[in-house]
Amino acid sequence: MTTRIFGSGIRRREDPRLITGQAAYTDDIKLTGMVHAAILRSPHAHARITGINTDAAKAAPGVLAVYTGADIEGVLNPIPCAWAIPDSDLKAVAYPAIASDTVRYVGDAVAVVVAENRYQAEDALELIEVDYSPLPTVINPEKSLDAVSKKKQEDAPNNQAFHWVAAGGDTDAAFADAAITVSETINQQKLIPNPMETRSAIASWSPAMGELTIWNTTQNPHIARFVTCLVTGVAEHKIRVIAPEVGGGFGAKIAVYPWEMITAFCSMQLGVPVKWTETRTENYMATTHGRDHVEYVEMAANADGKVTAVRSVVYAGMGAYLSTAAPGIPTILHGLMYSGPYDIANIKADVYGVFTNSTPVEAYRGAGRPEATFLLERLMDKVGDAVGIDSVEVRRRNLIEPFDNNRDVAIGITYDSGNYSNALDQLLGHVGYDQFRNDQAHERDHGTFRGIGVACYCEICGLGPSQVAGAVGFGGGLWESATVRIYATGKVNVFIGTSPHGQGEETTFAQIVADEIGVDVDDVEVVHGDTDTTPMGWGTYGSRTTVVGGAAVALTMRKLRDKAKVIAAHLLEADEADIEYADGQFFVRGAPDRAQSIQDVALQANVAWNLPEGIEPGMEASTYYDPPNFSYPFGAHAAIVSIDPDNGHITLDRYVAVDDCGPQINPMVVEGQVHGGVVQGAGQALWEGAVYDDNGQLLTGSMMDYAIPRAHMVPDIEVHSTVTPSPHNPLGVKGIGETGTIASTAAIYSAVMDALKPMGIGSLDMPLTPERVWRAIQESGYTGNGHSHNHGHDHGHGHQH
Amino acid sequence: MFAAEFEYRKAGSIAEAVQLLADNPDAKLLAGGHSLIPLMRFRLARPELLIDIGGIANLRGITVSGDTINIGALTTHAEIAASAEVQQANGLLAEAAGGIGDPAVRNRGTIGGNLAHADPASDWATVLTALGATVSAQGPSGSRTIAVADLIEDAFATALAENELIATVSVPTLAANQRAEYAKMAHPASFYAVVGGAVVVTMDGDRCTAASVAVGGLTPRPVKAPSVEQALAGTTLTMDSIADATARLSDDLSAAGVDIIGDVYASADFRASVAPVEVKHALLHAIGLAHH
Repeated sequence: MTTRIFGSGIRRREDPRLITGQAAYTDDIKLTGMVHAAILRSPHAHARITGINTDAAKAAPGVLAVYTGADIEGVLNPIPCAWAIPDSDLKAVAYPAIASDTVRYVGDAVAVVVAENRYQAEDALELIEVDYSPLPTVINPEKSLDAVSKKKQEDAPNNQAFHWVAAGGDTDAAFADAAITVSETINQQKLIPNPMETRSAIASWSPAMGELTIWNTTQNPHIARFVTCLVTGVAEHKIRVIAPEVGGGFGAKIAVYPWEMITAFCSMQLGVPVKWTETRTENYMATTHGRDHVEYVEMAANADGKVTAVRSVVYAGMGAYLSTAAPGIPTILHGLMYSGPYDIANIKADVYGVFTNSTPVEAYRGAGRPEATFLLERLMDKVGDAVGIDSVEVRRRNLIEPFDNNRDVAIGITYDSGNYSNALDQLLGHVGYDQFRNDQAHERDHGTFRGIGVACYCEICGLGPSQVAGAVGFGGGLWESATVRIYATGKVNVFIGTSPHGQGEETTFAQIVADEIGVDVDDVEVVHGDTDTTPMGWGTYGSRTTVVGGAAVALTMRKLRDKAKVIAAHLLEADEADIEYADGQFFVRGAPDRAQSIQDVALQANVAWNLPEGIEPGMEASTYYDPPNFSYPFGAHAAIVSIDPDNGHITLDRYVAVDDCGPQINPMVVEGQVHGGVVQGAGQALWEGAVYDDNGQLLTGSMMDYAIPRAHMVPDIEVHSTVTPSPHNPLGVKGIGETGTIASTAAIYSAVMDALKPMGIGSLDMPLTPERVWRAIQESGYTGNGHSHNHGHDHGHGHQH
Repeated sequence: MFAAEFEYRKAGSIAEAVQLLADNPDAKLLAGGHSLIPLMRFRLARPELLIDIGGIANLRGITVSGDTINIGALTTHAEIAASAEVQQANGLLAEAAGGIGDPAVRNRGTIGGNLAHADPASDWATVLTALGATVSAQGPSGSRTIAVADLIEDAFATALAENELIATVSVPTLAANQRAEYAKMAHPASFYAVVGGAVVVTMDGDRCTAASVAVGGLTPRPVKAPSVEQALAGTTLTMDSIADATARLSDDLSAAGVDIIGDVYASADFRASVAPVEVKHALLHAIGLAHH
């Protein structure tokens, strides 16, 4: 008996080229005659441009051209926002690729230099003289909305980008009747996504052909082509977008940016290929950020801890302009997830999208759902405290009962399947929850402060049905496609519309194919990331690649299996109804020894010497799959931390995850996604945060200042799972790319607050830096016993955690 | 992240490097490059000439002679951390070297370059001050010895003349009755010291007969802590006596007359408050009172 390839933790075929440095990213590509662009960026967060002189730069060695906002006017259209959420009074501010009269954040493009090499281009940037007249700056989303008098954006008075409300039930009545209400102010700090590969583009315009080719480090080449067409005016069929190796995205490579449009403009002006690659400094200031909410949230409950209502007022920073998908994140992907895994009858999300003078905000791993999970879990903890029951017990009392096919929640969406209490039970067993609580009580008596945090979550993935996409204002479809071709030699190419960039679908989609049609997994190659060679697809984000794109692959294989069955019947001179299929073999029922293999059939189909009547030659099929609904992964995570009260240092001692993403194609890939997600969420809780000064200067503008978690900063992550298939797609899969991030920020934060509970500390802003923790402990009046037993500092080499 | 134009010369000897320095006022020495290259890429440093001393063999290597460890200025942090001789002769040196930055930094960064750059957050400056280390500075007229405590004058400022380079760092070995430790609150991004405390205690049983204590990271240059040292000397080291002694660090910080550094990650107030904690942790580890 052989092990089924679907479900095997085989090694990722992507890894050898990635870990030996042989992968070719956009910046590795060199074209004949290629020249280099560098972008001059505004040093002001908000200013009028009163003068600009490029004469000296144009005369500098190696410089081919210098362009400013005036040069693109009427040539490049503004950068569009693709998610116009309905009924929200949405106002977009004109987003020119190069600012011509007003700069709105530090990093806004002011000019571009094209030179024979990048050093010459950078030298010439220093020779451009720009006169700025500074204007008032606002960074905090809530304050920005208040800053009416400052009127930053003429197109959006009061800096309001939109106001969106979603509600189910009667929240006001539930709060009026509640035995218990709790509230919290949450600062979802701005985060910088930090893919290892910064953004990069090469544009090559062929004047003779009228064709534009762009190598673009994007998560969605087909969307990039669509938007490039809108901005440049080049017809869609004359644009080819290639996403070569893409070194991580985390949402920051969804947007279509001004920068690749500027690069295209330069190539179209000069008639030569132009490369632009972002420096890490530019990446920090000009590639989209995540989160940036100020939230006022409340929960109402009965005296026994049964939650009756949740409501929010959220000020979601959009940054200076509306990035491609930005308005959908704090709304559709956030407000609609306020039920989480809980049965809550009355829900209201009240979300203001607000312009600020900072880097535009986009999706960042989890995108809206980490924020929703965080507020629910924070409020659950507070309800538990108010009622006087354990934080796990309060969750248990509110979890939705198990269901296997559709469950409506009050906010107006329908979950696919769930067994939330099972995930929680599994988690508590793995982490040894009761034992921890017993130990903790003793430890506290001895001045040691450890805490445990549990986060339950349910999130929305597998975006989604296109009809819903249209209804919620998404400027495109959300279906996916696959074309599968089996050659005469029996080898298989899979062409997909999604665009993996580190997630491992070259491996896992090959596993789907091998599982569906019985070929060896090594005989399958997955092709993606080129609009000329792959069928249309909407891209890789929102944990949708496997759920939607993988489903398209599976359905395509089933079409090919059906065709193969007809051909096999013909070759076996049998009736099709008598043909059975197993493990890549087609045979007459009861006679498996006289079988036609899929390779035999593929050969016959491709040479077409002897096909049954009415069957077309070739062994190729395509599927365009639009899912009937989203998928809803869920799980429960626990974190254990210890805190040194002397210096506020937090040590993440243990992390246990139980996730349910439905059936797992490759458990090792699932585990890797959970690891990465958990660590990224830990980053938000403990270390990461974009900090600006009052003038809108980013103070955490480099990897020396902005703390990305490193391996030694986290413990081994214990990964477990439950399996509850989704009825919403043929594989039953739910998506795993974001679950770790969605749960871990909340779990770790809760653990820290649990550890600090003896000091009576109510809440703290993230990231939970030693100073914030230490200051809270000082202000709590805690004096300790002078003999803390957990010295949680980074103590030289031998003692680093 | 693209440096401005510069000339490059590879020096074949210390004398050649010193001569090039003397001839070129806007020159910079390139050792491991871990501090200088990023500054150049940010265009915050724009030397006209880079003098690459990386090929000068006698600036590299570790020798122990008598009670002194001599470390060539170009010796990398990783080499120091991995040196069996160093581990044997002065475990703190190896431990501190292994806690600098991350593996890439340790594989390229050098002890001499680190000291000459004089970043206030340097681990070496604090550790070597507590250990009473010296450097041999080589100039046109020969060499002179400078205590590390005197070498670092201010943030990014040293007592080196324009035409001098650090050739060797000399560190006393630890005696059998000496214990030394370094504890730091590391910045989570750079792993530089937000606050670092280094201690060397000479023990007679449980009693401390002499102590050397320095703190750094929170000050433009490392600060010695004579009040803490005096409180420790002649005392039986216990949780309480250590807590009492380290509480005097604020006197030493005041007496040193230096500003306390504060930034977006950690305020001056916080750093000053946790500096005694780091010294305490170093002492507890040094004498084995810390629980793990």
